[in-house]
Amino acid sequence: MSNDGIFSAPRFPVDKALLLARLREHLPAHSLLVDKEDVRPYECDGMMAYRQMPLIVALPESEAQAQAVVRVCSALKVPMIPRGAATGLSGGALPHADGVVVSLARLKKIVRIDPLARTAVVQPGVRNLAVSEAAAPYGLYYAPDPSSQIACSIGGNVAENSGGVHCLKYGLTVHNVLRIRGLTAAGEIVEFGNAALDAAGYDLLALNIGSEGMLALVTEVTVRLTPKPELAQVIVASFAEVSKAGDAVAGIIAAGIIPAGLEMMDRKAIHAVEPYAKAGYDLEAEAILLCESDGTPEEVGEEVARMRAVLERCGASMIRVSQSEAERLKFWAGRKAAFPAVGRITPDYLCMDGTIPRKSLAHMLLAIAEMEQRYGLRCANVFHAGDGNLHPLIMFDANLPGQLERATAFGGEILELSVELGGTITGEHGVGVEKLTQMCAQFTPDELEIFHAVKRAFDPDGLLNPGKVIPTIARCREYRLTHSVDSAVGMSADQTLVKV
Amino acid sequence: MNGPFDPCLARWSERIRSATTERKPLRLRGGGSKDFYGQALSGELFDTREYAGLAAYEPTELVVTARCGTPLAELEAALAEKGQSLAFEPPHFGPAATVGGCLAAGLAGPRRARVGAVRDFVLGVKLIDGQGRLLNFGGQVMKNVAGYDVSRLLAGSLGTLGLVVEVSFKVLPVALAEQTLRFDLPGENSQSLALARLNEWGGQPLPISASAWVDDTLHVRLAGASAAVCAAAQKLGGQRVAADQASAFWISLREHSHGFFAVRAAALWRLSVPATTPALPLPGAQFVEWGGAQRWLHASSPAEHQAIRQAAAQAGGHATLFRADPETKAAVGVFQPLAAPLARIHRELKAAFDPHGVFNPGRMYAEF
Ligand SMILES: Cc1cc2nc3c(=O)[nH]c(=O)nc-3n(C[C@H](O)[C@H](O)[C@H](O)COP(=O)(O)OP(=O)(O)OC[C@H]3O[C@@H](n4cnc5c(N)ncnc54)[C@H](O)[C@@H]3O)c2cc1C
Repeated sequence: MSNDGIFSAPRFPVDKALLLARLREHLPAHSLLVDKEDVRPYECDGMMAYRQMPLIVALPESEAQAQAVVRVCSALKVPMIPRGAATGLSGGALPHADGVVVSLARLKKIVRIDPLARTAVVQPGVRNLAVSEAAAPYGLYYAPDPSSQIACSIGGNVAENSGGVHCLKYGLTVHNVLRIRGLTAAGEIVEFGNAALDAAGYDLLALNIGSEGMLALVTEVTVRLTPKPELAQVIVASFAEVSKAGDAVAGIIAAGIIPAGLEMMDRKAIHAVEPYAKAGYDLEAEAILLCESDGTPEEVGEEVARMRAVLERCGASMIRVSQSEAERLKFWAGRKAAFPAVGRITPDYLCMDGTIPRKSLAHMLLAIAEMEQRYGLRCANVFHAGDGNLHPLIMFDANLPGQLERATAFGGEILELSVELGGTITGEHGVGVEKLTQMCAQFTPDELEIFHAVKRAFDPDGLLNPGKVIPTIARCREYRLTHSVDSAVGMSADQTLVKV
Repeated sequence: MNGPFDPCLARWSERIRSATTERKPLRLRGGGSKDFYGQALSGELFDTREYAGLAAYEPTELVVTARCGTPLAELEAALAEKGQSLAFEPPHFGPAATVGGCLAAGLAGPRRARVGAVRDFVLGVKLIDGQGRLLNFGGQVMKNVAGYDVSRLLAGSLGTLGLVVEVSFKVLPVALAEQTLRFDLPGENSQSLALARLNEWGGQPLPISASAWVDDTLHVRLAGASAAVCAAAQKLGGQRVAADQASAFWISLREHSHGFFAVRAAALWRLSVPATTPALPLPGAQFVEWGGAQRWLHASSPAEHQAIRQAAAQAGGHATLFRADPETKAAVGVFQPLAAPLARIHRELKAAFDPHGVFNPGRMYAEF
């Protein structure tokens, strides 16, 4: 096994001609991409700083075809990289030089919606929003709503345990999926969970959700649908100080309220978003909070009044409550467009995803402001404040020498501080290849060994998404050597980035 | 402190290591309130109650971290003081129930269909594995996808994967208002009628936090903002049950002190099925919870046991022999048998955490 120089993925000796011949026995020509120009669009996912051309891209159109692909790869010991809509932000779907990208994009049937049982059975390539659209006639929807929901796939959501702006109240993907059907790396069909609320044995369903395509290739998902609330209203509150906004977040929770959404944006994010999305945000504010309430009209009235009282007590300088569904959507549109809006004002940006205890929000923001100075890069902040999940967006220009490296180090430092504050390096975007280094900060060698053993329980040959998510023990040993116990800065010593 | 140098944990780790070297299995046990649950008990008794107390509790973070030996009642009291609770309403099955046992058994009470099960509220665990290593997975934050979700895997693993020494749970505020409604549904179709209503209501944005049908009577509990509870009570009708009576009723379900569970001559089965599964054509009285997704019934003959397992599987769920004598458990198996690839994955996972099989051997499935 040698190193391919991108993220230390193990290499596999592969006979491409033989592999292709075998795959052609099962898949029609239009389902196999081999030529450079055809596979080029697959060289990266939403984490565009990392690119790698795959050997072959397979686009199965049925579970049977997917199974055939997996069986061929398994027999020939060829890496398989599951891929949904490629909106992932940590390089989870980054191809492997010796591997087959297995795109599930063509498995996009909504198999069944059962309004009485409030479930939908869908193929993995179905877009997140398409599920809610299909359920809408029954007064139901699929609750997890990542900002990428018009594009991202349910298979990708399952792999990343994706959240959204409503997950404090409605849960993450893991709370809204009843069953997944999939293929092991050997091509066996497996089902985790079932149509009931629990299954016998270990909770393999929970274990697979958020496993980033490392344990099984998902071919079908049963999701739980939620009755649409009669009414939803959002409050937009401005604050002249970031720390006051942070206190207000804690205050709302302390008042015993679980808002349907509780989001925060700082001044830089507001200023990036406003000209682009025209959401009507307060440009004078240092931070704004979006606090949503949903339920029956009586319930919403009661909760909005209670939240308003807390916000006022915490020193909000302006409070607006959406007066119509159109206005509510407008207020949210700004938040949901935050990433592309920042993308407009900078050539490149890195989106971080640490999660910290809510009480440390202000501390983290101050630390980030200091890092901006030190690294000479700007950072806009968007938070799922209710969950303590941060999305600092570090702006840089990859064409300027050293900037990508600086941005990466900046991001690494934020993640390491997240761990120090009692949090985690990734709340919802996954480790992929991006945060392999920081995994060494979060886990001990013993814990990593358990992760590797879990992987082997599903995939003994290490063919599904090799080299991702769980760093090798050797890599972490190196990391520890370069990070003396009290070193503050998280330069990724062994992260070899290929700049494009 | 609760770090790796805690003397109790150091001693425990040592004991596990020597159990491993001597190949002497251990039987992990908190208060023993759930000794009845699962396959036969075996191994040398390992009492987890020494490591007790809350390690951290910050109400505004909605997170509590408790050591395994903490009495469940003590944890709940601490939360109640701050107007919060374990939303999944774990059954205690006796005053001795501990937090570790609650996680390991993975059992949830009446609110399960509304809010989720134990695993849905687990944020992190600290455990000692079969090699005596102290490991941390997950954490104290709401969202965490770093590495595989080992903490949720441990919920309901019946102590077969490791000794969980500390758990962090997401906690929720207690509902501002509650109202239980009672509907008398006499007649042959009582259960079908109840199931139809529950499923119809389940599809509407109603604040239903629990439901139960037994003895031709349907109980529904509403919980949430007072305005929402009032509006829903008006809409659903039925008779309003007084608060103290209602609370006693739901506790009697959770703790199996309700008259239905008094039948001790026969084995008690728990069926976990899709909520829309029609009334099961099985003999004897049935008890429906969780909007139709959990059903209890009694059985005594081998043919009946077989019929129950089959009916649950056919409906798309599974059946657990919840309470039975050791001979019946051995003959029938407590948990639904696993499909071959899943059984293999289970064995491999067991080997990953507990390579020498020292933790609760055979408690879940005879093979491990
Ligand atoms: C603008 C923008 C906003 C975003 N907002 C959010 C947000 O609010 N919340 C959030 O959680 N995320 C967000 N994301 C991240 C991303 O959209 C999610 O991680 C999403 O779930 C990825 O889905 P995908 O279909 O694009 O997966 P991909 O990127 O194709 O793949 C992601 C991972 O899943 C694996 N995978 C994909 N399909 C399968 C399958 N069928 N079986 C097994 N493994 C599979 C891949 O191997 C890879 O590891 C955002 C991304 C963007 C670009």
